[in-house]
Amino acid sequence: MSDVLTLLLNGENRQFEAPARGALSVLGLLTELGLDMRKVAVERNEEIVPRSHYAETWLASGDQLEIVHFIGGG
Amino acid sequence: MDQVVAADGTPQGKDTGKDTGEDTWTVAGRTFRSRLIVGTGRYKDLEETGAAIAASGAEIVTVAVRRVNLSDPKAPMLQDFVDPKAYTYLPNTAGCFTANEAVRTLRLAREAGGWNLVKLEVLGPPPLLYPDMRGTFEAAEVLIKDGFEVMVYCADDPLAAKRLEEMGCVAIMPLGAPIGSGLGVQNPAMISMMMEHVTVPFLVDAGVGTASDAAIAMELGCTAVLLNSAIAHAKHPVLMARAMKHAIEAGRLAYLAGRMPRRMGADPSSPLTGLIR
Repeated sequence: MSDVLTLLLNGENRQFEAPARGALSVLGLLTELGLDMRKVAVERNEEIVPRSHYAETWLASGDQLEIVHFIGGG
Repeated sequence: MDQVVAADGTPQGKDTGKDTGEDTWTVAGRTFRSRLIVGTGRYKDLEETGAAIAASGAEIVTVAVRRVNLSDPKAPMLQDFVDPKAYTYLPNTAGCFTANEAVRTLRLAREAGGWNLVKLEVLGPPPLLYPDMRGTFEAAEVLIKDGFEVMVYCADDPLAAKRLEEMGCVAIMPLGAPIGSGLGVQNPAMISMMMEHVTVPFLVDAGVGTASDAAIAMELGCTAVLLNSAIAHAKHPVLMARAMKHAIEAGRLAYLAGRMPRRMGADPSSPLTGLIR
């Protein structure tokens, strides 16, 4: 049985199942969310997660994540 | 900061350090021909955004950083309509009311796009959204230390402008009037006085309502103008974008040409001699 993670994702509590073996990475989360990784940026607990670290940044319950992109603005 | 003009009236590219015969300007080592920077917000849709920006001739566009809509991850994105390879994206901190929010936002922007050149704005509360200079100084210090090249939105305060320049900001951008007000350049005298003491690029950023406002800012000697709502909220944004392009060019040329002195009273253009009696 896999673990259930509760993440505060863009201000909302969301639950995710960790993969059968091992934990959920930022890469795994973005893939599950269906996001284009080249167009977003991720902050975990107020620290930037560099794109090159997505695969080995492991998430834990209670993590606060911000996933952002560019939109129109003045 | 300012360009010089050759005897034949050709503007000389002094900012670039070499005489290219082109009227360019340079910020943080990047050289541009267009002196209009446009925002990408408040348009009807992304198609209109793309069309208006193309019509404006701008080479730099400001963009905001916001949470992804996780319920619609495949929604069209700005980059699909405003190509980041064709335009220099200038991420802003619009909506940030504290230095910490602004710094976090721009760190995310750098990660999303890979640019160091950013627009910092730390705002006071509505309805004025006036620049919060204490927060602005605080954020600028952190960002500059962190390797950012900061173009800074600020109050029309000559001391604040000088201090921001000394801290290492790469462009000083005071408001002409409150953000989105369209009131035009309400402080031309102060803008002129601030400019005297600033050597980095100096832009009016906020308050422009129509083409003549942009021309006035350029006639005062600004390096460039940053605007958004004046185009996005015009009845016909694409047409207004063209108007702004021409207004910026006209204002720039008028500045280089040097306006005639004002005088109280008439001075006829036609000779007063040789009249029939």
